[in-house]
Amino acid sequence: MAPPLLEIRKLSIHFHADYGVVKAISEANLRIGREEIVGLVGESGCGKTTIARAILRVIPTPPGEIQEGVILFDGQDLLRLAPQQMEQEIRGSAITFIPQEPLLSLNPVFKIRTQITDLLFWKARQEASGNSWTGRMGRTWRYLRPWAANLDRSSLEPIVEMFREVQIPAPLLQLNKLPHELSGGQRQRIMIAMALLTHPRLIIADEPTTALDVTVQAQIIRLLKKLVRERGVSVLFITHDLGVAKEICDRIVVLYAGQEMESAPRDHFFERPCHPYTRGLLDSLPNVRGKIVDIPGEVPNLISPPAACRFHPRCDRVQPICREQRPPAHEITSGHWVRCFNPIQYGAR
Amino acid sequence: MTTFILIMKKFMGDRLAITGLAIIVCLILTAFLAPYIATHPRDVFAVHPAERLQGPNARHVFGTDDMGRDIFSRVVFGSRISLLISIVAIGVALLIGVPIGLITGYYGNRVSELLMRISDIFLAVPQIILALALAAALGPSIQNVILALSFTYWPWFTRTVHAETRSLKNSIFIEATEALGIGAWRTIVFHVLPNVSSSIIVRASLGMGYTILTASVLGFLGVGAQPPAPEWGVTIANSRRFLPDAWWYATFPGLAIFMVVMGFNMFGDGLRDILDPRIRRAKR
Amino acid sequence: MNRGLSEDSRMAGIGEGGTGETILEVSNIRKYFPVRGGLFGSPTGWARAVDGVSFRLRRETILGLVGESGCGKSTLGKAIAGIIRRDEGAVFLGGRQVGFGKEAKDLRREIQYIYQDPGASLDPWWIIGWTLREPLRVHTNLSRSEIDERVMKMVRAVGLSESHLVRYPHEFSGGQQRRLGLARVLMLNPRVIIFDEPTSGLDVSVQATILKLFLRLKGQFHLSYLFISHDLSVIRMICHEVAVMYLGKIVEMGDTKSIFEHPMHPYTKFLLSAIPEIWDEGKQRRTLILSGEPPSPDQLPPGCRFQNRCPLAGEECRRSEPELVEREDGHRVACFHSSRVERIDALASVEQ
Repeated sequence: MAPPLLEIRKLSIHFHADYGVVKAISEANLRIGREEIVGLVGESGCGKTTIARAILRVIPTPPGEIQEGVILFDGQDLLRLAPQQMEQEIRGSAITFIPQEPLLSLNPVFKIRTQITDLLFWKARQEASGNSWTGRMGRTWRYLRPWAANLDRSSLEPIVEMFREVQIPAPLLQLNKLPHELSGGQRQRIMIAMALLTHPRLIIADEPTTALDVTVQAQIIRLLKKLVRERGVSVLFITHDLGVAKEICDRIVVLYAGQEMESAPRDHFFERPCHPYTRGLLDSLPNVRGKIVDIPGEVPNLISPPAACRFHPRCDRVQPICREQRPPAHEITSGHWVRCFNPIQYGAR
Repeated sequence: MTTFILIMKKFMGDRLAITGLAIIVCLILTAFLAPYIATHPRDVFAVHPAERLQGPNARHVFGTDDMGRDIFSRVVFGSRISLLISIVAIGVALLIGVPIGLITGYYGNRVSELLMRISDIFLAVPQIILALALAAALGPSIQNVILALSFTYWPWFTRTVHAETRSLKNSIFIEATEALGIGAWRTIVFHVLPNVSSSIIVRASLGMGYTILTASVLGFLGVGAQPPAPEWGVTIANSRRFLPDAWWYATFPGLAIFMVVMGFNMFGDGLRDILDPRIRRAKR
Repeated sequence: MNRGLSEDSRMAGIGEGGTGETILEVSNIRKYFPVRGGLFGSPTGWARAVDGVSFRLRRETILGLVGESGCGKSTLGKAIAGIIRRDEGAVFLGGRQVGFGKEAKDLRREIQYIYQDPGASLDPWWIIGWTLREPLRVHTNLSRSEIDERVMKMVRAVGLSESHLVRYPHEFSGGQQRRLGLARVLMLNPRVIIFDEPTSGLDVSVQATILKLFLRLKGQFHLSYLFISHDLSVIRMICHEVAVMYLGKIVEMGDTKSIFEHPMHPYTKFLLSAIPEIWDEGKQRRTLILSGEPPSPDQLPPGCRFQNRCPLAGEECRRSEPELVEREDGHRVACFHSSRVERIDALASVEQ
């Protein structure tokens, strides 16, 4: 099997807050293969966004602290990379990000065209002039020179082309607008375009459709799927909406209180889940069978989380060993992994 | 963890705020315990011409003035006057300004606009000039200083409260409260007021510092407290003739003013940072 | 008549809707918001947020109101509850008209509205105990101990404990805040509760718990619900009837089962096909693509509001607005082409 594009091993992250240490992520493992769309699902507060931020290394390290673990991207450990390298080669180039609410990520006082051309300008210059003092001064000077900062019409071509691909009608018109003049769906398309412009190998999408209407959500999901398939880009798709995950992901990893519980190909995940938490999640989804089922108990406090397997206080299949040891990952069938000492029998409904 | 404890914890971490608080506490204690702290309590009024203009020594820590009076004791007693003036002035300004701010912020109608314009007029009046005018009309006294100060400071409370009330009016919990049929009066007093209380406290704290300073200036100008009252500004005014030789005469009252105003400002600033609504959103 | 729920649902407490009797009737509600422009902010146009909505809510039933953002459902909910003043239209509770004056205050209180953001509706400076006591202190003459007793009963009824009463709103989770908001509203013994997006932002398991609570309280206090949501799967699960809103008007209304299985309005068809379905239940799923954008609410074209995105749009759609008309037993649609709605499967882009 080809080596994975991204591999997270035994990642633990703590946050130091006024009232205690939050053990946000605990020995998490995650693998994203080449040209694979992996869904990271879990309830709010389980750590999905923290993992995304860890990959991009945008966790502020005063309150945050990466206790242990490696994040291997094409063999390179991102956690041990120099910050400049991370900024130039990885963030925004090899790994890009699509946020949940683009209105908050786009600068409200600049036109769209300025924001995108800025992005391209910096990326191109970074490659050209390197990271020395003179390089950085040169870049800043050229940026401030008004005639250099505004790329001319012909250089807008790749952007216009990308806008057509993300199905934004009348791209030149939209480029001259301000973010608040566009609809949610259009803004999200622009974010997708920006994420693809630098030819990334991995895109991290953090709840990209949560803020959108249902009909728009369907369009965006379809679009994203098509584009990444065409380009062979891998995606880490973070969501709490299992329906959306089912539409777009090849494989789904479920996270609970900072620990990954199960990782399965899509159909296996929905039809033959083996972890009690996954089963509980799927059962509590709205359905027409008339019975409403919920998971007893509450999401744990991460300052003093349950020992070993963090789900054990709410699990109806708990065994004494669950309180003492974290279950190791166990491959049930090809590609379907579970971390549980007493998983549901494979195939049982 | 309750909000109060969280606020306390944050407060402890802010060294400026703590220093400010310490100074304020010292001021209050000094004012209350003046007779016990002062080394020569009777020197507030008694005169000892034989000991005039002595520099700081063992008997007179701050030296003596041109009437032989112990400056340390006079500074200590002077704190009472300053504290009195500022508390009453700010108190009155608060009692006038806050209700007006609440009402104009809550009811944004034409009457409110009128009231806000009136407050603007008061804001435009320079305090010192007004105090001088009052002194000229009614005679110089502490009461007139208090009058002048409170009449020119209340608009600050009104502005702050008005702005906050306006934004709170749009908030969902106020809307929900109204939806439940809670009347306007109850809403303003029990819901809006607690939520603007933090800005009122901050404004009051800063105002205290400002008022003490201005009161001292007025005293210096001879408009407020009259000799032989040991008011700091008055003392400095008296010291002018003997400078720069009797440096201690002006320096210590001046230092007192400086410390007290700094204290209130530091405390007020620190409080403003801490009472940021973000604290209230702190998670369990 | 089957209201679209299986036998199991009765056991889970969803139950049959109440029999026929109307508890809440709204008639021709309109609410317009001025669009300000020009030099002094004078209105240049009117955004027709709610433009002529009428429906009936039966006793002890749950009516779901669905639509996407901007369709006016929140505005409608607030207008019915009297939180915002409607420009036109009437609201009848139990046959009696609910006006704006002082006399109608008691009647208005029997229709309560629960906010979308539960934490925001609670005063951050008040402990929960005070917040819950307040409605009774203001509106009734009960003694302190009687009020306390009722508060404690209600707190337990929503699944929390007395120890929670001394805490501040921000110390609770989203799900708990929702319960508290509900408890406060229940203090006034309403008959109708309007829920505005009660499950949005909640995790699935918390959502399930909250929905169970809603159903239990409905039975316990004999309440009727207007359930506003954009989450169609939740609506499908617990509502007896559904009304679909688009740009300020109801375009389709009927039994949950009829709406979900035989939608008759083109917009409903698109809406339903966009729900990511987890349980395919063996059905072949066709995904329809809804193109275009809704027109701006202050610049509505003459005729049907959906015409610029509808594959069935014809001449009559551009000339006049279709009325909400009953086509089948209890199933009403506002469309000239409702009989040809199946054609959309072929006309709109189809993908698997």
